[in-house]
Amino acid sequence: MSNTRQINFTLNGTPVSAEVGTHLSLVELLREKFDLFGARESCAQGLCGCCTVLLDGQAVSGCLYLAALADGAKIDTVEGLGTRDTLDPVQEAFIEAGAFQCGFCTPGFVLMTKQLLDENPNPSEDDIRHYLSGNLCRCGAYPEIIAAVKAASAKRKAAG
Amino acid sequence: MAVKEIQSGQVGRSLPRLESAAKVTGHADYVHNLRLPGMLHVKVFRSSIPHGRIRRLDVSAAKQLAGVHSVITSDDIRTIIPEPYFGPAFHDQPILAIDKVRHIGEPVAVVLASDPHVAEEGVALIQAEYDELPGVYDEVAGATATTYVHDTLKPAGTFPDLKHLQGKSNTNIALDYQLRRGDVEAAFAKADHVFEHTFRTQQVMHVPLEPMVSAAELTATGLTIYTASQSPSFVRIEIARLLGWPENKVRVKVPHLGGGFGAKLYVKLEALVAALALLTRRPVKLSLRMDEQFFTISKHASTFKIKSGVTKDGKIVARRCDVWWNGGAYADIGPRVTQKSGFTAAGPYDIENVHLDSFAVYTTRPPAGALRGFGIPQLVWAYESHTDLIARALDIDPVEIRRKNILREGRPQATGTKMKDAAIEQVLERLAARMNWDRSFDRGAGTIRRGRGIGIGFKAVIAPTTSVAIVNVYADGSCSLYCSTVDMGQGSDTIMAQIVAEVLNLPAETVNVVHPDTDVTPYDMATLGSRSTFHMGNAVRIAAEDAKAKLAALAKEVGLPAGANVPISEIFKKKYGMQAGNVIGSGSFIPSYKSPDHETGMTDNATPFWMIGGTGAEVEIDTDTGDIKILRIVNVADCGTPINPRIVDTQLSGGAIMQLGFTLTEEMQFDNGQLRNPTLADYKIPGMRDMPTVMENEAVAARQHDGPFGAKGVGESATFGLSPAIANAIHDAVGVRLTELPLTPERLYRALAAANGKPLKD
Repeated sequence: MSNTRQINFTLNGTPVSAEVGTHLSLVELLREKFDLFGARESCAQGLCGCCTVLLDGQAVSGCLYLAALADGAKIDTVEGLGTRDTLDPVQEAFIEAGAFQCGFCTPGFVLMTKQLLDENPNPSEDDIRHYLSGNLCRCGAYPEIIAAVKAASAKRKAAG
Repeated sequence: MAVKEIQSGQVGRSLPRLESAAKVTGHADYVHNLRLPGMLHVKVFRSSIPHGRIRRLDVSAAKQLAGVHSVITSDDIRTIIPEPYFGPAFHDQPILAIDKVRHIGEPVAVVLASDPHVAEEGVALIQAEYDELPGVYDEVAGATATTYVHDTLKPAGTFPDLKHLQGKSNTNIALDYQLRRGDVEAAFAKADHVFEHTFRTQQVMHVPLEPMVSAAELTATGLTIYTASQSPSFVRIEIARLLGWPENKVRVKVPHLGGGFGAKLYVKLEALVAALALLTRRPVKLSLRMDEQFFTISKHASTFKIKSGVTKDGKIVARRCDVWWNGGAYADIGPRVTQKSGFTAAGPYDIENVHLDSFAVYTTRPPAGALRGFGIPQLVWAYESHTDLIARALDIDPVEIRRKNILREGRPQATGTKMKDAAIEQVLERLAARMNWDRSFDRGAGTIRRGRGIGIGFKAVIAPTTSVAIVNVYADGSCSLYCSTVDMGQGSDTIMAQIVAEVLNLPAETVNVVHPDTDVTPYDMATLGSRSTFHMGNAVRIAAEDAKAKLAALAKEVGLPAGANVPISEIFKKKYGMQAGNVIGSGSFIPSYKSPDHETGMTDNATPFWMIGGTGAEVEIDTDTGDIKILRIVNVADCGTPINPRIVDTQLSGGAIMQLGFTLTEEMQFDNGQLRNPTLADYKIPGMRDMPTVMENEAVAARQHDGPFGAKGVGESATFGLSPAIANAIHDAVGVRLTELPLTPERLYRALAAANGKPLKD
């Protein structure tokens, strides 16, 4: 359990390094070494999407992804997307649509929505339901999340 | 009724949640994120059997593991808390198992270490040996079993109506509640028809996505507990009782919760972390894994035998209800569920003769408590399925039979309490209208069949309970609200701010809501049972009005003419000569209530208010596979006058989606007391693709006369009617009746095969 290694990676655009235990997960690394709490462990099986982070632009479950494997990667978390003063259009759309209640799953949904709209700027409702089926919201904000994704799509188009 | 009381336009706004930006950027504060300097992580060694005496517990290997700080068992706990039993209704639950284990997953010992992975490794080194005892799993069999889960009953003394149970032994019945109205047997004898059915519900779990988490640390004067709790005031009082301390030595702080739904009520992990902080003199934190939540609290499985006498034209004249609640190994709030929900078991119907028996039964399953509806969804499941079966048998339209029987304003409910501000009729009629009930419906053909159904239910609020609030106006005119209502996602911070803003004529966005901190925020019974809008809402309104009156008095004192339009900051400046001082308004609210008579269950004041919820469902069945597709769900509720219409809307759809999981997929599955599926891989909660094609919500135009600005609770209302609406729709589509939740394709396929004369083997 005491094996550690040095990793270097880019975190929300900034080059960083860390000494990590080989058992450490990416979500633990972000929390313990970088004070980033947006990605959260919930089911610990990669099924709920609460721990979603983008690794080289692809969503991964931070609870299952070993931190050591992030060496050399580009990691983006919800904290890098927007700040409380300058929100990303996806975040704005989530607020306007009331697309969350407790907020615990929200960063995961926000990141997946961003990835969806990067791949498919005009998703249909079916596309949205399919793409976000790996994220769970126990408060049941799904109708508002679907509305938020549609609104975010429109916002991004309007912004060109 | 023309209500002119809303002047500032702050109540009635669909204001986005105050903490919106923090939530979408990942910055919202949860106990999940908390780190205390020098903190030890706690991991739990749990019982691997459902029922048995602990013969040997060997923690020596765990103690010797490098990095382990300590291993704690009940022997250690009892050095500081001699009677370490807790619970809101009964003092029956040990902090760690003492002599005996009563359910799978019961905490037996804990390992503490700075590194949670080391603590986890230590847990794996603990060994326990048990003398196994027979299990008690079924609530009906458990009520008469001769294997007893507890030697004697230990009511907490908090509730006067549980006192008669003190010291009772040789029983698994934790509470027997009864109501007697009229003479059901005589009415059955005279009725044209008598119908009797039995319905069952399964054990399910709340599954908040932020798993339960608590931390504790010693302070110079006592103990601070940081906890994801819906009931900070209860935690403080209960921990103080366990330690024999005054309340003011225990401080309980609660930030946002990542969901609660009733799971995070009363004491869950708090007594354990408090004891561990005292024993180790270090800050400690216990974060449950998802699977551990399933061993901690759940929703009652139930069996409901319901019998009705009905005239030939569909008027219900008598109803007998026998309800058994599977409470699991510890009572938690089960006895309250048994009584507080039990008295509405005959449904929102005007029935002259009612006979109710409701039993809280101890079993050797994980404990059951409150879950979004406090037992009501289990009852509505049965009585609305039963109502539909009666309608079908008498060839009466399901809406029509309800029109004939519903409780109308001013009529007495089974307890004798006259219905007031209960829009049952409007909910039924709006539901029928939205479902286009009087129009033809495409029933499909061949192997694809469609059907529709409705269910309506009602709920009384838990009573009597108290809320206290403080509004603090600062010298610049800004203000804070101090209240112990916990915002677990339902939006209470926002609507409480709207109430303050309405009274003080401020933008609601500018009101600072101070999160529960028992050293700072005043008492609140708990955030449960849809009580906060009404109870805390009233306390907040009174506190804001008190502050407003004091500001007016201050203005007069400094010589300002009455009604002068002077900024608040000027009033303070005139009084104190600079930007200084406070005006503090306080409000306390407890509604009137009268306990039911122990023998008859009668009272003329059973509840401060009624919640009404109805759901309509349209389903599509594939008769080749039993697949159940939900095409449309319509939720209609009476929540009085909404303070924030959008939040009401999301409470309705959120409640319905949660209940959809309890209806179609969720079930804690046991093999001889072993839980087979405590993970999200095997326990399926609804995802985006399980959503109905269409979901609609409506709050009927209504007003709660004594609610804050006409409002009352809404968090549970959409859970009432959904399960029976779907079962009724399935029956409508394919002519078979499912009487047990969840409604799975397999169960439906088996029922279809049986109906076709070709029953399948188990």
